[in-house]
Amino acid sequence: MTAEPIRSPTELPDAETQCVQLAELIRPRLYPETVLVGIHSGGVWVARRLHELLDLETEIGLIDVSFYRDDYRERGLHARVKPSSIPFDVEGRALILVDDVLYTGRTTRAAINELFDYGRPASIQLAVLADRGRRQLPICADFCPWRVDLDPSHELVLSAEASGRLQWSLEQHA
Amino acid sequence: MHNPQLNAHGELTHLLSIEGLPRAVIIHILDTASSFLKVSHRDVKKVPLLRGKSVFNVFFENSTRTRTTFEIAAKRLSADVINLDVTRSSTAKGETLLDTVDNLVAMHADMFVVRHASSGAPHLIADHLRRVGRDNVHVVNAGDGRHAHPTQGLLDMYTIRHYKNDFANLVVAIVGDILHSRVARSDIHALTTLGAAEVRAVGPQTLLPSAIEKMGVRVCHDLRTGIRDCDVVIMLRLQNERMNGALLPSAREYFRCYGLTPESLALAKTDAIVMHPGPMNRGVEIDSDVADGPQAVILPQVTFGIAVRMAVMGILAGN
Repeated sequence: MTAEPIRSPTELPDAETQCVQLAELIRPRLYPETVLVGIHSGGVWVARRLHELLDLETEIGLIDVSFYRDDYRERGLHARVKPSSIPFDVEGRALILVDDVLYTGRTTRAAINELFDYGRPASIQLAVLADRGRRQLPICADFCPWRVDLDPSHELVLSAEASGRLQWSLEQHA
Repeated sequence: MHNPQLNAHGELTHLLSIEGLPRAVIIHILDTASSFLKVSHRDVKKVPLLRGKSVFNVFFENSTRTRTTFEIAAKRLSADVINLDVTRSSTAKGETLLDTVDNLVAMHADMFVVRHASSGAPHLIADHLRRVGRDNVHVVNAGDGRHAHPTQGLLDMYTIRHYKNDFANLVVAIVGDILHSRVARSDIHALTTLGAAEVRAVGPQTLLPSAIEKMGVRVCHDLRTGIRDCDVVIMLRLQNERMNGALLPSAREYFRCYGLTPESLALAKTDAIVMHPGPMNRGVEIDSDVADGPQAVILPQVTFGIAVRMAVMGILAGN
Protein backbone atom coordinates (compact mmCIF):
# COMPACT_ATOMS: atom_id res chain seq x y z
CA MET A 1 0.00 0.00 0.00
CA THR A 2 1.50 3.32 -0.99
CA ALA A 3 0.14 6.31 0.81
CA GLU A 4 1.08 9.93 0.53
CA PRO A 5 0.27 12.85 2.81
CA ILE A 6 -2.37 15.24 1.57
CA ARG A 7 -3.42 18.66 2.78
CA SER A 8 -6.16 18.12 5.35
CA PRO A 9 -9.51 19.81 4.73
CA THR A 10 -9.61 21.05 8.29
CA GLU A 11 -6.81 21.61 10.71
CA LEU A 12 -6.07 18.36 12.57
CA PRO A 13 -6.28 18.72 16.34
CA ASP A 14 -3.26 18.57 18.60
CA ALA A 15 -2.75 14.96 19.71
CA GLU A 16 -0.93 15.91 22.91
CA THR A 17 -3.86 18.09 24.06
CA GLN A 18 -6.18 15.19 23.23
CA CYS A 19 -4.12 12.86 25.44
CA VAL A 20 -4.72 15.25 28.35
CA GLN A 21 -8.45 15.35 27.54
CA LEU A 22 -8.56 11.56 27.34
CA ALA A 23 -6.81 11.25 30.72
CA GLU A 24 -9.42 13.58 32.27
CA LEU A 25 -12.24 11.47 30.82
CA ILE A 26 -10.73 8.33 32.36
CA ARG A 27 -9.69 9.79 35.75
CA PRO A 28 -13.13 9.79 37.47
CA ARG A 29 -13.68 6.17 36.49
CA LEU A 30 -10.34 4.73 37.57
CA TYR A 31 -10.23 1.82 39.98
CA PRO A 32 -7.16 1.32 42.12
CA GLU A 33 -6.53 -1.89 40.21
CA THR A 34 -6.97 -0.44 36.71
CA VAL A 35 -4.24 -1.22 34.21
CA LEU A 36 -3.69 0.08 30.70
CA VAL A 37 -3.01 -2.10 27.66
CA GLY A 38 -1.76 -0.29 24.56
CA ILE A 39 -2.15 -1.72 21.06
CA HIS A 40 1.00 -1.47 18.91
CA SER A 41 2.16 0.99 17.89
CA GLY A 42 0.00 4.15 18.20
CA GLY A 43 -1.96 2.77 21.12
CA VAL A 44 1.24 2.11 23.06
CA TRP A 45 2.33 5.73 22.70
CA VAL A 46 -1.06 6.95 23.93
CA ALA A 47 -1.04 4.42 26.80
CA ARG A 48 2.40 5.67 27.89
CA ARG A 49 1.07 9.27 27.97
CA LEU A 50 -1.99 8.23 29.97
CA HIS A 51 0.14 6.23 32.37
CA GLU A 52 2.16 9.36 33.07
CA LEU A 53 -0.79 11.76 33.25
CA LEU A 54 -2.84 9.49 35.50
CA ASP A 55 0.16 8.64 37.65
CA LEU A 56 -0.59 4.91 37.53
CA GLU A 57 1.63 2.48 39.40
CA THR A 58 1.17 -0.76 37.48
CA GLU A 59 3.26 -1.10 34.35
CA ILE A 60 1.32 -0.86 31.10
CA GLY A 61 0.71 -3.90 28.91
CA LEU A 62 1.62 -3.95 25.24
CA ILE A 63 -0.27 -5.95 22.70
CA ASP A 64 0.45 -6.75 19.05
CA VAL A 65 -2.63 -8.27 17.49
CA SER A 66 -0.86 -9.69 14.39
CA PHE A 67 -1.49 -13.27 15.49
CA TYR A 68 -5.21 -12.56 16.02
CA ARG A 69 -6.06 -10.45 12.96
CA ASP A 70 -8.92 -11.61 10.77
CA ASP A 71 -7.17 -10.50 7.57
CA TYR A 72 -4.17 -12.85 8.03
CA ARG A 73 -5.37 -14.86 5.05
CA GLU A 74 -5.10 -11.76 2.82
CA ARG A 75 -2.12 -10.06 4.37
CA GLY A 76 0.01 -12.80 5.90
CA LEU A 77 2.65 -12.08 8.52
CA HIS A 78 4.72 -9.36 6.93
CA ALA A 79 4.99 -6.36 9.16
CA ARG A 80 7.43 -6.76 11.95
CA VAL A 81 5.52 -8.31 14.81
CA LYS A 82 6.36 -6.92 18.23
CA PRO A 83 6.08 -9.31 21.14
CA SER A 84 3.00 -8.75 23.26
CA SER A 85 3.92 -8.08 26.85
CA ILE A 86 1.38 -8.31 29.64
CA PRO A 87 3.50 -7.92 32.80
CA PHE A 88 0.60 -8.47 35.23
CA ASP A 89 -2.02 -11.09 35.95
CA VAL A 90 -5.03 -10.38 33.73
CA GLU A 91 -7.29 -12.57 35.86
CA GLY A 92 -9.87 -10.40 37.64
CA ARG A 93 -8.27 -7.07 36.61
CA ALA A 94 -10.01 -3.97 35.29
CA LEU A 95 -8.31 -3.31 31.97
CA ILE A 96 -8.44 -0.28 29.73
CA LEU A 97 -7.50 -1.09 26.17
CA VAL A 98 -5.86 1.92 24.53
CA ASP A 99 -5.61 2.63 20.79
CA ASP A 100 -5.00 5.69 18.68
CA VAL A 101 -7.85 5.31 16.17
CA LEU A 102 -11.10 3.35 16.41
CA TYR A 103 -12.47 2.59 12.95
CA THR A 104 -13.88 -0.77 11.82
CA GLY A 105 -13.51 -2.30 15.29
CA ARG A 106 -11.60 -5.30 13.98
CA THR A 107 -8.35 -4.47 15.75
CA THR A 108 -10.26 -4.08 19.02
CA ARG A 109 -11.90 -7.46 18.48
CA ALA A 110 -8.51 -9.08 17.91
CA ALA A 111 -7.06 -7.40 21.02
CA ILE A 112 -9.94 -8.56 23.23
CA ASN A 113 -9.51 -12.12 21.98
CA GLU A 114 -5.80 -12.01 22.72
CA LEU A 115 -6.35 -10.58 26.22
CA PHE A 116 -8.66 -13.45 27.08
CA ASP A 117 -5.85 -15.88 26.25
CA TYR A 118 -3.98 -14.38 29.21
CA GLY A 119 -6.88 -14.87 31.60
CA ARG A 120 -10.37 -13.61 32.44
CA PRO A 121 -10.33 -9.90 33.20
CA ALA A 122 -12.99 -8.36 35.44
CA SER A 123 -13.71 -5.79 32.73
CA ILE A 124 -12.27 -4.29 29.57
CA GLN A 125 -12.95 -0.70 28.60
CA LEU A 126 -11.80 1.03 25.45
CA ALA A 127 -10.00 4.39 25.29
CA VAL A 128 -9.10 5.96 21.93
CA LEU A 129 -7.88 9.36 20.78
CA ALA A 130 -10.05 9.36 17.66
CA ASP A 131 -13.25 7.61 16.62
CA ARG A 132 -13.76 7.54 12.86
CA GLY A 133 -17.13 5.81 12.97
CA ARG A 134 -18.04 3.36 10.15
CA ARG A 135 -17.87 0.35 12.47
CA GLN A 136 -18.11 -3.18 11.10
CA LEU A 137 -18.53 -4.79 14.53
CA PRO A 138 -20.65 -3.94 17.60
CA ILE A 139 -17.87 -2.11 19.44
CA CYS A 140 -17.81 1.39 20.89
CA ALA A 141 -15.31 3.46 22.84
CA ASP A 142 -15.83 4.17 26.55
CA PHE A 143 -13.48 7.16 26.46
CA CYS A 144 -12.88 9.31 23.39
CA PRO A 145 -12.18 13.03 23.02
CA TRP A 146 -12.58 13.28 19.23
CA ARG A 147 -15.17 11.94 16.82
CA VAL A 148 -14.41 12.55 13.17
CA ASP A 149 -15.88 11.43 9.89
CA LEU A 150 -13.33 10.89 7.17
CA ASP A 151 -13.55 9.54 3.67
CA PRO A 152 -12.59 5.82 3.63
CA SER A 153 -9.75 6.60 1.22
CA HIS A 154 -8.08 8.61 4.00
CA GLU A 155 -5.96 7.07 6.69
CA LEU A 156 -5.63 8.89 9.98
CA VAL A 157 -2.09 8.28 11.22
CA LEU A 158 -0.62 9.03 14.62
CA SER A 159 3.15 9.36 14.64
CA ALA A 160 5.79 10.24 17.19
CA GLU A 161 8.27 12.98 16.30
CA ALA A 162 11.93 12.59 17.21
CA SER A 163 11.20 14.59 20.37
CA GLY A 164 8.54 12.01 21.27
CA ARG A 165 5.72 14.49 20.62
CA LEU A 166 2.63 12.84 19.13
CA GLN A 167 0.96 14.29 16.06
CA TRP A 168 -1.76 13.46 13.58
CA SER A 169 -1.42 13.31 9.83
CA LEU A 170 -3.79 12.35 7.06
CA GLU A 171 -2.68 10.02 4.29
CA GLN A 172 -4.52 9.08 1.16
CA HIS A 173 -4.41 5.60 -0.30
CA ALA A 174 -3.08 5.53 -3.84
CA MET B 1 17.12 -17.38 -11.28
CA HIS B 2 13.93 -19.04 -10.04
CA ASN B 3 14.07 -19.61 -6.31
CA PRO B 4 11.75 -22.53 -5.52
CA GLN B 5 11.20 -21.27 -1.97
CA LEU B 6 9.80 -17.89 -2.96
CA ASN B 7 6.53 -17.06 -4.73
CA ALA B 8 6.10 -14.57 -7.58
CA HIS B 9 6.12 -11.70 -5.05
CA GLY B 10 9.41 -12.80 -3.51
CA GLU B 11 7.65 -14.06 -0.38
CA LEU B 12 8.60 -17.29 1.37
CA THR B 13 6.16 -20.00 0.35
CA HIS B 14 8.19 -23.15 1.12
CA LEU B 15 11.11 -23.63 3.48
CA LEU B 16 13.42 -26.11 1.77
CA SER B 17 16.91 -24.92 2.60
CA ILE B 18 18.67 -21.96 4.18
CA GLU B 19 20.93 -21.85 1.16
CA GLY B 20 19.63 -19.12 -1.09
CA LEU B 21 17.41 -17.49 1.52
CA PRO B 22 17.82 -13.72 1.57
CA ARG B 23 19.15 -12.31 4.82
CA ALA B 24 15.98 -10.26 5.30
CA VAL B 25 13.84 -13.41 5.21
CA ILE B 26 15.98 -15.09 7.88
CA ILE B 27 15.82 -12.00 10.09
CA HIS B 28 12.05 -11.77 9.63
CA ILE B 29 11.67 -15.40 10.76
CA LEU B 30 13.88 -14.81 13.82
CA ASP B 31 12.02 -11.61 14.75
CA THR B 32 8.64 -13.28 14.38
CA ALA B 33 9.87 -16.21 16.49
CA SER B 34 10.66 -13.90 19.38
CA SER B 35 6.99 -12.87 19.45
CA PHE B 36 5.89 -16.49 19.40
CA LEU B 37 8.26 -17.31 22.24
CA LYS B 38 6.12 -15.15 24.53
CA VAL B 39 2.99 -17.07 23.51
CA SER B 40 4.47 -20.28 24.95
CA HIS B 41 4.84 -18.55 28.32
CA ARG B 42 1.16 -17.73 28.58
CA ASP B 43 -1.59 -19.58 30.30
CA VAL B 44 -3.23 -20.27 26.93
CA LYS B 45 -0.31 -21.26 24.72
CA LYS B 46 -2.20 -20.91 21.45
CA VAL B 47 -2.92 -18.25 18.87
CA PRO B 48 -5.65 -18.65 16.25
CA LEU B 49 -3.46 -17.98 13.20
CA LEU B 50 -3.76 -21.40 11.50
CA ARG B 51 -7.25 -22.22 12.72
CA GLY B 52 -8.92 -24.60 10.28
CA LYS B 53 -5.68 -25.40 8.46
CA SER B 54 -4.44 -28.97 8.16
CA VAL B 55 -0.75 -29.59 8.69
CA PHE B 56 0.47 -33.04 7.66
CA ASN B 57 3.66 -34.31 9.26
CA VAL B 58 4.93 -36.69 6.60
CA PHE B 59 7.94 -38.53 7.94
CA PHE B 60 9.56 -40.94 5.54
CA GLU B 61 12.36 -41.30 8.07
CA ASN B 62 11.80 -41.73 11.76
CA SER B 63 12.33 -38.81 14.10
CA THR B 64 10.15 -38.57 17.14
CA ARG B 65 11.73 -35.40 18.46
CA THR B 66 11.53 -33.28 15.32
CA ARG B 67 8.05 -34.52 14.53
CA THR B 68 6.89 -33.68 18.05
CA THR B 69 8.28 -30.15 17.96
CA PHE B 70 6.55 -29.48 14.63
CA GLU B 71 3.37 -30.95 16.04
CA ILE B 72 3.50 -28.72 19.12
CA ALA B 73 4.28 -25.68 16.98
CA ALA B 74 1.38 -26.34 14.61
CA LYS B 75 -0.99 -26.97 17.51
CA ARG B 76 0.04 -23.72 19.19
CA LEU B 77 -0.98 -22.03 15.94
CA SER B 78 -4.36 -23.80 16.26
CA ALA B 79 -3.82 -25.96 13.17
CA ASP B 80 -5.11 -29.50 12.92
CA VAL B 81 -2.10 -31.81 12.83
CA ILE B 82 -2.05 -35.21 11.20
CA ASN B 83 1.00 -37.39 11.79
CA LEU B 84 1.78 -39.94 9.12
CA ASP B 85 4.36 -42.60 9.61
CA VAL B 86 4.57 -43.33 5.90
CA THR B 87 7.55 -45.63 6.24
CA ARG B 88 5.23 -48.18 7.81
CA SER B 89 2.20 -47.65 5.59
CA SER B 90 1.90 -46.35 2.04
CA THR B 91 5.55 -46.45 1.07
CA ALA B 92 5.88 -49.97 2.43
CA LYS B 93 3.02 -50.94 0.13
CA GLY B 94 4.86 -49.54 -2.86
CA GLU B 95 3.25 -46.12 -3.30
CA THR B 96 5.52 -43.47 -4.80
CA LEU B 97 6.37 -40.28 -2.96
CA LEU B 98 4.34 -38.09 -5.30
CA ASP B 99 1.32 -40.39 -5.23
CA THR B 100 1.36 -40.14 -1.45
CA VAL B 101 1.49 -36.35 -1.77
CA ASP B 102 -1.38 -36.25 -4.30
CA ASN B 103 -3.52 -38.33 -1.97
CA LEU B 104 -2.87 -36.00 0.94
CA VAL B 105 -3.60 -32.96 -1.23
CA ALA B 106 -6.91 -34.61 -2.13
CA MET B 107 -7.60 -34.63 1.63
CA HIS B 108 -7.14 -30.84 1.57
CA ALA B 109 -3.76 -30.58 3.20
CA ASP B 110 -2.55 -26.98 3.62
CA MET B 111 1.01 -27.73 4.66
CA PHE B 112 3.43 -30.63 4.55
CA VAL B 113 6.24 -31.02 7.02
CA VAL B 114 8.53 -33.52 5.31
CA ARG B 115 11.37 -35.62 6.60
CA HIS B 116 13.05 -37.89 4.06
CA ALA B 117 16.24 -39.91 3.88
CA SER B 118 16.88 -38.69 0.33
CA SER B 119 18.30 -35.25 -0.24
CA GLY B 120 15.96 -33.14 -2.36
CA ALA B 121 12.69 -34.94 -1.57
CA PRO B 122 10.96 -31.81 -0.12
CA HIS B 123 12.13 -29.85 -3.16
CA LEU B 124 10.64 -32.53 -5.42
CA ILE B 125 7.31 -32.23 -3.58
CA ALA B 126 7.29 -28.41 -3.80
CA ASP B 127 8.07 -28.60 -7.47
CA HIS B 128 5.32 -31.15 -8.03
CA LEU B 129 2.77 -29.00 -6.18
CA ARG B 130 3.64 -26.07 -8.44
CA ARG B 131 3.26 -28.18 -11.56
CA VAL B 132 -0.16 -29.49 -10.52
CA GLY B 133 -1.30 -25.95 -9.66
CA ARG B 134 -1.33 -26.37 -5.88
CA ASP B 135 0.70 -23.30 -5.04
CA ASN B 136 -1.43 -22.76 -1.96
CA VAL B 137 0.03 -25.86 -0.30
CA HIS B 138 3.26 -25.21 1.57
CA VAL B 139 6.23 -27.47 2.23
CA VAL B 140 8.59 -27.34 5.19
CA ASN B 141 11.73 -29.43 5.02
CA ALA B 142 12.17 -31.19 8.35
CA GLY B 143 15.45 -32.78 7.23
CA ASP B 144 16.36 -34.38 3.93
CA GLY B 145 19.28 -36.79 3.62
CA ARG B 146 22.59 -35.04 4.14
CA HIS B 147 21.27 -31.89 2.48
CA ALA B 148 19.47 -29.57 4.87
CA HIS B 149 17.58 -29.17 8.11
CA PRO B 150 16.59 -25.54 7.80
CA THR B 151 14.43 -25.16 10.91
CA GLN B 152 17.27 -26.57 13.03
CA GLY B 153 19.62 -24.08 11.38
CA LEU B 154 17.18 -21.25 12.10
CA LEU B 155 16.69 -22.25 15.72
CA ASP B 156 20.46 -22.42 16.12
CA MET B 157 20.66 -18.87 14.75
CA TYR B 158 17.88 -17.79 17.10
CA THR B 159 19.81 -19.28 20.02
CA ILE B 160 23.06 -17.60 19.01
CA ARG B 161 21.36 -14.24 18.52
CA HIS B 162 19.60 -14.62 21.88
CA TYR B 163 22.88 -15.04 23.75
CA LYS B 164 25.29 -13.06 21.56
CA ASN B 165 22.98 -10.38 20.07
CA ASP B 166 24.95 -9.97 16.88
CA PHE B 167 26.79 -12.19 14.41
CA ALA B 168 29.36 -9.70 13.17
CA ASN B 169 32.29 -10.59 15.45
CA LEU B 170 31.43 -14.17 16.23
CA VAL B 171 33.69 -17.16 15.88
CA VAL B 172 31.63 -20.35 15.68
CA ALA B 173 33.05 -23.88 15.82
CA ILE B 174 30.98 -26.77 14.48
CA VAL B 175 32.44 -29.99 15.84
CA GLY B 176 31.97 -33.60 14.84
CA ASP B 177 30.45 -35.60 12.03
CA ILE B 178 30.00 -32.82 9.50
CA LEU B 179 30.08 -35.26 6.59
CA HIS B 180 26.71 -36.80 7.45
CA SER B 181 25.20 -33.72 9.06
CA ARG B 182 22.44 -31.72 7.40
CA VAL B 183 22.39 -29.54 10.53
CA ALA B 184 26.00 -28.52 9.90
CA ARG B 185 25.22 -27.55 6.31
CA SER B 186 22.20 -25.47 7.34
CA ASP B 187 24.18 -23.81 10.12
CA ILE B 188 27.07 -22.96 7.81
CA HIS B 189 24.77 -21.38 5.20
CA ALA B 190 22.91 -19.42 7.86
CA LEU B 191 26.05 -18.20 9.62
CA THR B 192 27.59 -17.13 6.33
CA THR B 193 24.42 -15.28 5.29
CA LEU B 194 24.17 -13.55 8.66
CA GLY B 195 27.81 -12.49 8.50
CA ALA B 196 29.55 -14.45 11.27
CA ALA B 197 33.25 -13.49 11.39
CA GLU B 198 34.55 -17.05 11.25
CA VAL B 199 33.02 -20.50 10.99
CA ARG B 200 35.22 -23.48 11.77
CA ALA B 201 34.54 -27.07 10.76
CA VAL B 202 36.21 -29.29 13.33
CA GLY B 203 36.49 -33.05 13.01
CA PRO B 204 38.56 -35.96 11.77
CA GLN B 205 39.39 -36.07 8.07
CA THR B 206 37.04 -39.03 7.62
CA LEU B 207 34.03 -37.05 8.90
CA LEU B 208 34.56 -33.84 6.95
CA PRO B 209 33.22 -33.54 3.41
CA SER B 210 35.86 -32.89 0.79
CA ALA B 211 36.12 -29.30 -0.41
CA ILE B 212 34.11 -28.02 2.57
CA GLU B 213 36.41 -24.96 2.54
CA LYS B 214 34.42 -23.80 -0.46
CA MET B 215 31.48 -23.16 1.88
CA GLY B 216 33.58 -20.45 3.49
CA VAL B 217 34.66 -22.34 6.60
CA ARG B 218 38.05 -22.91 8.16
CA VAL B 219 38.90 -26.59 8.58
CA CYS B 220 40.54 -27.84 11.79
CA HIS B 221 41.37 -31.45 12.50
CA ASP B 222 42.43 -30.70 16.04
CA LEU B 223 39.70 -29.96 18.59
CA ARG B 224 41.88 -27.69 20.71
CA THR B 225 42.85 -25.51 17.77
CA GLY B 226 39.27 -25.58 16.55
CA ILE B 227 37.59 -24.24 19.67
CA ARG B 228 40.30 -21.87 20.85
CA ASP B 229 38.84 -18.40 21.50
CA CYS B 230 35.52 -19.19 19.88
CA ASP B 231 32.18 -17.71 21.02
CA VAL B 232 29.93 -20.59 20.09
CA VAL B 233 30.56 -24.35 20.03
CA ILE B 234 28.02 -26.42 18.13
CA MET B 235 28.52 -30.11 18.89
CA LEU B 236 27.06 -32.61 16.45
CA ARG B 237 25.71 -36.00 17.33
CA LEU B 238 27.94 -38.90 16.39
CA GLN B 239 25.56 -41.41 14.91
CA ASN B 240 26.19 -44.88 16.25
CA GLU B 241 25.92 -46.44 12.82
CA ARG B 242 29.04 -44.52 11.77
CA MET B 243 31.03 -46.61 14.20
CA ASN B 244 30.56 -49.74 12.16
CA GLY B 245 32.45 -48.59 9.10
CA ALA B 246 36.02 -47.59 8.69
CA LEU B 247 35.38 -43.94 9.56
CA LEU B 248 36.26 -44.17 13.25
CA PRO B 249 38.20 -46.58 15.41
CA SER B 250 35.84 -46.51 18.44
CA ALA B 251 33.54 -44.29 20.49
CA ARG B 252 36.12 -44.10 23.24
CA GLU B 253 38.81 -43.04 20.82
CA TYR B 254 36.50 -40.45 19.31
CA PHE B 255 35.69 -39.02 22.74
CA ARG B 256 39.39 -38.82 23.57
CA CYS B 257 40.09 -36.75 20.44
CA TYR B 258 36.87 -34.83 19.80
CA GLY B 259 34.69 -35.12 22.90
CA LEU B 260 33.95 -31.75 24.48
CA THR B 261 35.19 -31.79 28.07
CA PRO B 262 35.49 -28.97 30.63
CA GLU B 263 39.24 -28.90 29.86
CA SER B 264 38.81 -28.44 26.13
CA LEU B 265 35.93 -25.99 26.57
CA ALA B 266 38.22 -23.86 28.74
CA LEU B 267 40.10 -22.97 25.55
CA ALA B 268 37.05 -21.18 24.17
CA LYS B 269 36.08 -17.70 25.37
CA THR B 270 34.90 -17.69 28.96
CA ASP B 271 31.39 -16.70 27.89
CA ALA B 272 31.22 -19.20 25.03
CA ILE B 273 27.95 -21.11 24.68
CA VAL B 274 27.67 -24.82 23.91
CA MET B 275 24.92 -26.04 21.61
CA HIS B 276 23.80 -29.49 20.48
CA PRO B 277 20.90 -30.40 18.17
CA GLY B 278 20.12 -33.53 20.22
CA PRO B 279 19.78 -36.29 20.97
CA MET B 280 23.12 -36.22 22.81
CA ASN B 281 25.49 -39.11 23.24
CA ARG B 282 27.02 -38.36 26.60
CA GLY B 283 30.57 -39.62 26.80
CA VAL B 284 30.87 -39.82 23.01
CA GLU B 285 30.78 -36.28 21.66
CA ILE B 286 30.11 -34.41 24.88
CA ASP B 287 31.04 -34.86 28.52
CA SER B 288 28.19 -34.76 31.03
CA ASP B 289 29.93 -31.99 32.96
CA VAL B 290 29.70 -29.80 29.85
CA ALA B 291 26.21 -30.91 28.82
CA ASP B 292 24.86 -30.03 32.27
CA GLY B 293 27.22 -27.12 32.83
CA PRO B 294 26.52 -23.38 32.89
CA GLN B 295 27.65 -22.78 29.33
CA ALA B 296 25.30 -25.33 27.78
CA VAL B 297 22.21 -23.85 26.10
CA ILE B 298 20.93 -27.17 24.77
CA LEU B 299 17.54 -27.07 26.49
CA PRO B 300 16.85 -23.42 25.57
CA GLN B 301 17.50 -24.53 21.97
CA VAL B 302 14.54 -26.88 22.29
CA THR B 303 12.28 -24.11 23.62
CA PHE B 304 13.38 -21.69 20.91
CA GLY B 305 12.83 -24.43 18.33
CA ILE B 306 9.07 -24.42 18.96
CA ALA B 307 8.88 -20.63 18.50
CA VAL B 308 11.00 -20.75 15.33
CA ARG B 309 8.81 -23.48 13.83
CA MET B 310 5.70 -21.48 14.73
CA ALA B 311 7.22 -18.49 12.94
CA VAL B 312 8.07 -20.52 9.84
CA MET B 313 4.61 -22.05 9.59
CA GLY B 314 2.90 -18.74 10.41
CA ILE B 315 4.81 -16.91 7.70
CA LEU B 316 4.43 -19.65 5.05
CA ALA B 317 0.70 -20.11 5.56
CA GLY B 318 0.12 -16.38 5.11
CA ASN B 319 1.94 -16.21 1.77
